[in-house]
Amino acid sequence: MNLLSFLSRRGTAPVARERLQILLAHERTAFGRSDLVAVLREEILAVIAKHVAIDQEKVKVTMERGDAVSTLGVDIELPDNKVARLASA
Amino acid sequence: MAKVIVVTSGKGGVGKTTTTAALGAALAQAGQSVCVVDFDVGLRNLDLIMGAERRVVYDLINVVQGDAKLTQALIRDKRLDTLSLLPASQTRDKDALTDDGVARVIGELREKFDWVICDSPAGIERGATLAMRHADIAVVVTNPEVSSVRDSDRIIGLLDAKTERAEKGERLEKHLILTRYDPGRAERGEMLKIDDVLEILSIPLLAVVPESEEVLKASNLGSPVTLNAPQSAPARAYADAVRRLKGETVAMIVPSEKRSLLGKLFTRRAA
Repeated sequence: MNLLSFLSRRGTAPVARERLQILLAHERTAFGRSDLVAVLREEILAVIAKHVAIDQEKVKVTMERGDAVSTLGVDIELPDNKVARLASA
Repeated sequence: MAKVIVVTSGKGGVGKTTTTAALGAALAQAGQSVCVVDFDVGLRNLDLIMGAERRVVYDLINVVQGDAKLTQALIRDKRLDTLSLLPASQTRDKDALTDDGVARVIGELREKFDWVICDSPAGIERGATLAMRHADIAVVVTNPEVSSVRDSDRIIGLLDAKTERAEKGERLEKHLILTRYDPGRAERGEMLKIDDVLEILSIPLLAVVPESEEVLKASNLGSPVTLNAPQSAPARAYADAVRRLKGETVAMIVPSEKRSLLGKLFTRRAA
């Protein structure tokens, strides 16, 4: 069995699906199509930015759709010194 | 009150014209009065797919510019007397279509018919935005393939921005028709599945039209597939789509070409 036949057992469609999800999340922001994830990202950022200085690049918002439950993941990297200052204030 | 549908996709060659002809004929077969309008100025093809290419005298641009009356340009189908075609011009370019002229023609069509189905040109330029401009319902035609899905995503963005309904803050119904689908290849992981495309585009599914020889046979003859081979898998998919457009609840299945008992047993249920 060579590498190709090993890969083809998984199928190429999951690769297509993953490439599209990543590409379209990016393009929707660029062309101003406001989908739920993009809107949530903006609003969550605005709330947190009121209290903590955050780097726009270090924010990840992901949505996993499931049959029964969908999960929203918000991952924000906070700079250490800013958090400390906020806590002591 | 007539409903205006735009059949659009972004990408070319995915089945917009086939879908326009099939939905138009299926609605007429269900007793509705329908006009199919070709917006692909300079590259008209709906006339050919409908088998009316030798009957074109006046076209959409003649009517838009006031050189012909709407009734002079409409071509009534010879097989279905409630189905009409408004052809595009083959010699002019899309700049001859004015915003006001198109609005006036769509307004006149709304008064005459139950359904007006606009066949959009490919692309995201003026021709495509004019075709979608006055729509109440958008049918996005997509193949289970990366470039088609990407372009459909762009078109969905345009539908939410450039249509009259979107600008007024009204709801524009959007539906997906997935064409050239092969359940076997999807099952083997060689083709995006229905659920994959639905999750990415997040618009409701109107029909899944399986890959079929019948589509080419019908276009060879200039007859919509729902007329030419009513029992074929694509024809049944379009007939179900039409029942859903009319508000009926129809179980979503991917019609299969096999008519044997075995084939029926294995008819795959879609999401």
